[in-house]
Amino acid sequence: MIGLRVDGLRVVYDGFAAVDGLSFEVAPGESFGIVGESGSGKSTVLRALCGLAPLAGGSIAFTGSGSGSGSGSGMPAEAGSKAWRRQMQMVFQDPYGSLHPRHTVDRLLAEPLAIHSMGDAEARIERALDEVGLGRGFRFRYPHQLSGGQRQRVAIARALILEPPVLLLDEPTSALDASVQAEVLNLLEALRAQRGLSFVMVSHDLAVVTHLCQRLMVMRRGRAVEMLAAEDLAAQRVQTDYTQQLMQAAAGFVRVGV
Amino acid sequence: MPTAPLLTVEDLRVAYPQRDGGLQEVVRGVSFTLGRERLGIVGESGSGKSQTGRAIMGLTAPGAVVSAKTLRFDGEGGRGIDLLTCPPQQRRALRGGRMAMVLQDPKFSLSPVMRIGAQIEETLRTHLPVSSSVRRARMLQALADVGIEDPARVARLYPHEVSGGMGQRAMIAMMLVAGPELLIADEPTSALDVTVQLQVLGILDKLVRAGSGGQHDGQHDGQHDGQHDGKREGNGMGLIFISHDLRLVSSFCDRVLVMYAGRVVEEIAAAELHHARHPYTRGLLNCLPQLGAPAHPLPVLQRDEAWSR
Repeated sequence: MIGLRVDGLRVVYDGFAAVDGLSFEVAPGESFGIVGESGSGKSTVLRALCGLAPLAGGSIAFTGSGSGSGSGSGMPAEAGSKAWRRQMQMVFQDPYGSLHPRHTVDRLLAEPLAIHSMGDAEARIERALDEVGLGRGFRFRYPHQLSGGQRQRVAIARALILEPPVLLLDEPTSALDASVQAEVLNLLEALRAQRGLSFVMVSHDLAVVTHLCQRLMVMRRGRAVEMLAAEDLAAQRVQTDYTQQLMQAAAGFVRVGV
Repeated sequence: MPTAPLLTVEDLRVAYPQRDGGLQEVVRGVSFTLGRERLGIVGESGSGKSQTGRAIMGLTAPGAVVSAKTLRFDGEGGRGIDLLTCPPQQRRALRGGRMAMVLQDPKFSLSPVMRIGAQIEETLRTHLPVSSSVRRARMLQALADVGIEDPARVARLYPHEVSGGMGQRAMIAMMLVAGPELLIADEPTSALDVTVQLQVLGILDKLVRAGSGGQHDGQHDGQHDGQHDGKREGNGMGLIFISHDLRLVSSFCDRVLVMYAGRVVEEIAAAELHHARHPYTRGLLNCLPQLGAPAHPLPVLQRDEAWSR
C-alpha cells in the first residue's frame, strides 16, 4: 500500500494562487476527502497530484511500503512523470465528458495499457470490466450507448486497469442519480477493500465524503481550513465557522418565518 | 394553500417517434393541478420529469407528440387558456411572460454573446410595451431582487464573466422580470454549490410567497397592460420545482410528485416524505448516504417491474 505526503503545495495560474501552501498526508490505504465550494482549489489539488496542473512550489511524495520511508527510493521521484502517473490515476467528474465519444470501451481501456506498455491487454480489459460489474458484453460499445452510471464504471475501469495504488476521485458521483450514486459508491468501497487502494476524493457533498472517507480536509481559497475525522463531522464536532456553514447548507433548505 | 388552480394537467402524454416508426411514450398519463404553491417533481434521469415541464411550456423537441385530456392555464383575467389548442402566437406570448422556465445550467442556457442586462431587457421588449428607460430600471431592479449587489456592473458583463451562482441568479432575474404567474424551475440549483444553492432557493422562496409583481412600479405599467401587471401583488406565483434531489425538494416544496418511468407513482406532502409508502420513493430516500447514520454498503434501489406498469 502506498500513501502520499504533500508539502507546501502551490499552484499558480496567471498570478492567481489557486492552491496556496497546502500540506497534508494520506496514510497508505487511507481514504482521504477534500471538501469545499467551487473555486476553493480542491480539484486543482487533484490535478496537481497527477501532473495535470503545473506546480509552482512544494513537493509531493509517495510514502509507505517500497518507498523507503518517504525518501522516494524505488518510487518515481518526479511528479507528473509517466512512471508517476502509473501509480496514480484519476476518475473525473463528468462521465459524459471524460470518455472519448468515438472510441469503444475496448479502445478506451486499451489506451492506458498501450501508453504504459503493459502486455496482456485482452485479459486485463476483460478483467477490468468484470471488476466494475459491467461484464464483457460492454466491451465493444460506445459511450453514448451507456447510461451515466455505466459510463462512470468504465471511467473507473480505465483508472484501475493500470493497477495504481492511489486513485484520485474528482466528484465521481455528482453527475449521477441518487440510486446510481449508491451503486458507484459501493463499487468504489469494495474495490478499495479488495485492492488496498488509497483514495483522494474531492466532493462538495459532505454526506458522500463522510461515507467514503476516513479523514477529510476542508478547503477555502486554496488553503486548508480544517482537518477532521469523518466521525467528527458526522457527530457535528467541527472547529471552524466555515465548516459549520457547509454543514448547515448540506442539511437542506430551511424556510424562514412563514 | 389550496388556491384556485393556476394550471390543470390531466392525462398528459409525451411521445417521441422511434426509428422503427413507432412511438415511445416518455410521459405516460401525468395529472395534477397547481395552485399558487410550490410543487416538486422528483425522479431519476429518464423519469419524464423534465419532459413534463417542457410540455407545459411548449418546449418539447420537434417531432414530439404531446397529448392530454386537459392542459389548461388559468391565470389572471378569467378565461383559461387551453395550451394544447391555443395558437402558437398566443403560446409564445405566454412563454417568458406569464409562464417562465429556469433551466439547469446557466453556462449553456444564457446567450454567450449578449450582455446579461441586454438579455434580461430582451424579455421585457418581447412581452411588455414599455419605454427603454423603464425597461432598464426594471432590469436593474430584477437583478437587485435576486440578491445581486451591484446590478449595474453585472448587467454590463457577459455570462462567461460571472460565476455559476451569479449566472443562475441572472437567469432567474430574466425569468421573473416580466412577472410570471407560473414558474417552472428545472434543476435550478444542481449546477451550484451547496451554499449558493441555498441562496438561490431563498430567492425563489421569497418570490413565490411575496409575488413577483411587488417589485414593479404600478403607475408605469397600468396604462399599457392593466390586466397583465400590478394586480398580482401579494398573490405569489405557482412554482414547479423539478429535481432529482429528493431531500432538497422535500425541504423546499409544499407537495411532491414522485415520477418513475413517465408516471407519477406517488404524491405526498413534503413534510410527510419520510412516511412515503411507495417502495420507489423509499428506495430513493434510503440510498442516499447520510451524515451521522453510516451504512456500509449503502442500500441499493431494487427496481420492480410493476412500478412502470
